[in-house]
Amino acid sequence: MKRYFHNFGERVIEGVLTISGTVTSLTVLLIVFFLFKEGLGIFNQSPVAEGSAIVVNNQNPVKELSAKELKEIFDQNITNWKQVGGQDAPIKLFRIDDITDYYTEEQIGKDFEYLPQRLSEVVAKEPTIVAFFPEQYLAKDFQGHRINLENISVSEFLGGTEWYPTIQPAVQMGVLPLILGTLWVSLGAILIALPLGLATSIYLAEIADKRVRNLLKPVIELLAGIPSVVYGFFGLVVIVPLIQDLFGLPVGETALAGSIILGIMALPTIISVSEDAMRTTPRAMKEASLALGATKWQTIYKVVVPYSMSGISTAAILGIGRAIGETMAVLMVTGNASVIPHTFLAPVRTIPATIAAELGEAPQGGMHYQALFALGCILFLMTLIINLSVDFVSAKRKANR
Amino acid sequence: MSFSQNQSINNSKRLAQSVAFTIFKLLSFLVVAILIVILGFILVNGASVISWEFLTEMPKEGMTAGGIFPAIVGTLCLVAGSMLFAFPIGVLSGIYINEYSKDGWFKRFIKLMTNNLAGIPSIVFGLFGMALFVNRFGFGDSILAGSLTLGLLALPVVIRTTEESLKAIDKSFRIGSLALGATKWQTTSRVVLPMAFPNIITGLILSVGRVSGETAPILFTVAAYFLPKLPTSIFDQVMALPYHLYVISTSGTNIEASRSMAYGTAFILILIVLIVNLLANWLRRYFSKKVKMQ
Repeated sequence: MKRYFHNFGERVIEGVLTISGTVTSLTVLLIVFFLFKEGLGIFNQSPVAEGSAIVVNNQNPVKELSAKELKEIFDQNITNWKQVGGQDAPIKLFRIDDITDYYTEEQIGKDFEYLPQRLSEVVAKEPTIVAFFPEQYLAKDFQGHRINLENISVSEFLGGTEWYPTIQPAVQMGVLPLILGTLWVSLGAILIALPLGLATSIYLAEIADKRVRNLLKPVIELLAGIPSVVYGFFGLVVIVPLIQDLFGLPVGETALAGSIILGIMALPTIISVSEDAMRTTPRAMKEASLALGATKWQTIYKVVVPYSMSGISTAAILGIGRAIGETMAVLMVTGNASVIPHTFLAPVRTIPATIAAELGEAPQGGMHYQALFALGCILFLMTLIINLSVDFVSAKRKANR
Repeated sequence: MSFSQNQSINNSKRLAQSVAFTIFKLLSFLVVAILIVILGFILVNGASVISWEFLTEMPKEGMTAGGIFPAIVGTLCLVAGSMLFAFPIGVLSGIYINEYSKDGWFKRFIKLMTNNLAGIPSIVFGLFGMALFVNRFGFGDSILAGSLTLGLLALPVVIRTTEESLKAIDKSFRIGSLALGATKWQTTSRVVLPMAFPNIITGLILSVGRVSGETAPILFTVAAYFLPKLPTSIFDQVMALPYHLYVISTSGTNIEASRSMAYGTAFILILIVLIVNLLANWLRRYFSKKVKMQ
């Protein structure tokens, strides 16, 4: 009886442990589910600014426009219907305020009660008009064609170069500047962190005596423990003004500032991973090299570094991963301008910073909200690729031994 | 090859070595210097702000004066809440992975997923916490939602340290215990866990440090811009130290005037990190001495 009880208890405990063991897997799956569920919704929504209508004359052969075309029309970069597949006629723009050009205040009504009807008349009268006004003024028997904007496509989303998620009349959601901005800042960070980190790890693993090492290791651990918002604050009050003065820029919030801060933040990862890799170099290999008359330095760069190359590349990949996902520090120092980066001395905007800055203002379930989740998906996929390649490199390293 | 030639080659080799070593040494000390500059800058500027009033009063005059008491309380709530969730599950999960699971696809899968979870950026946790806890479960912006989000973030850290601490314990202890007739759980709970405990606690302390400084996951799950009262239930919003530092250094009504408050807040955050690291190091040393004495 007692034995049976014991067995039962053991089973229960094993069950509890197994369930706990699956929590992380479950979390990852849930994260994927929620990100993609919300994020993919963006491809089912019309990019017309919420609560607005875009209409053309019934005779107009143009029945559909893309968000990009509509924006170009209202920015007056496209001025002829011919350019969007219609007849050769200049486009007449109409915004709600233009109604006073056609009717007096009395005709519109004191409380705009006749406005829907008047709008309908204007659109019916002007064959080349494109009108943009709030949906609530769309009359029931409206004389005109309401344009349905094509849903945003995957290629427009990923390849679009303009990110104006709240602009009227049609939102622009091209994430290319954000993706490139993220990669740009991370690339700069790794260019700063890799040489510094490698030198430090070589010093710690091969050169420094034990006393110095015991002094430096906790310092580097401390560097890893500082919260990113504190790095951001330091960047904001020290690095940003420094860059502004040094290069004589109008603003110091630049990609360079982001790269410097991210580089410092990536240092601990790079140092500890590559130092660990170098420490696994077999003693016999090093001693053989020294016995052949090589100096310690020759041994380091001809034996230790090549031997631990896969570990060093893991360190670099992890460093990039850390930089890509970092939010607060980047948000505070890079200036957040959504332009395709071309220099390190101009503001850029990264994916995490965009999510952090805009999610608070995006109404739940709206297109902007979904676009930010779609950005989350992209970020998730980027880090997934990084994690998998780290697994791949370290599996290969194990296989090689 | 004559003797003198040989010597000159040796000399140039030695020169290359000493040049290289000097460069490495300088770069390593540059890394240390960076840390000292960051720490020094914030500690020196922040120290003059710290006072009893700063720690125990509500923010005043558009957060340009007064204290950061509600943010301290908020961060304490979040740390406690997230650890209450992450610590037990993380330790149990670590025990499962190292002691119970058998080698095979399931173990590999769990380890892979844990690694992936550790690599997910903190802002994605924020998105997820908002979608699941705030909206789907209807917790709203609350301590509960924030703690769960932070707890998930800390989970891989706790699991990994538990796993490592268990791995470090020699197999002979387990075999000895099992040979005496103890069950697997008895072996785990009475032999293996007590030995691994110090290291597990060290991991817990380090994850407290991590959680207390995270900003991105709490942006949309709990953090309040300005809330001059203390929380009364787990469904209340709170201010938190890292978010407070973010808002007063970037978007306050008067950024210049609130700068001293920002230095003070950064000082407290750094102080937490320093204490956590010192405590962890001290514990590690203390316990390793104790083990040696036994």
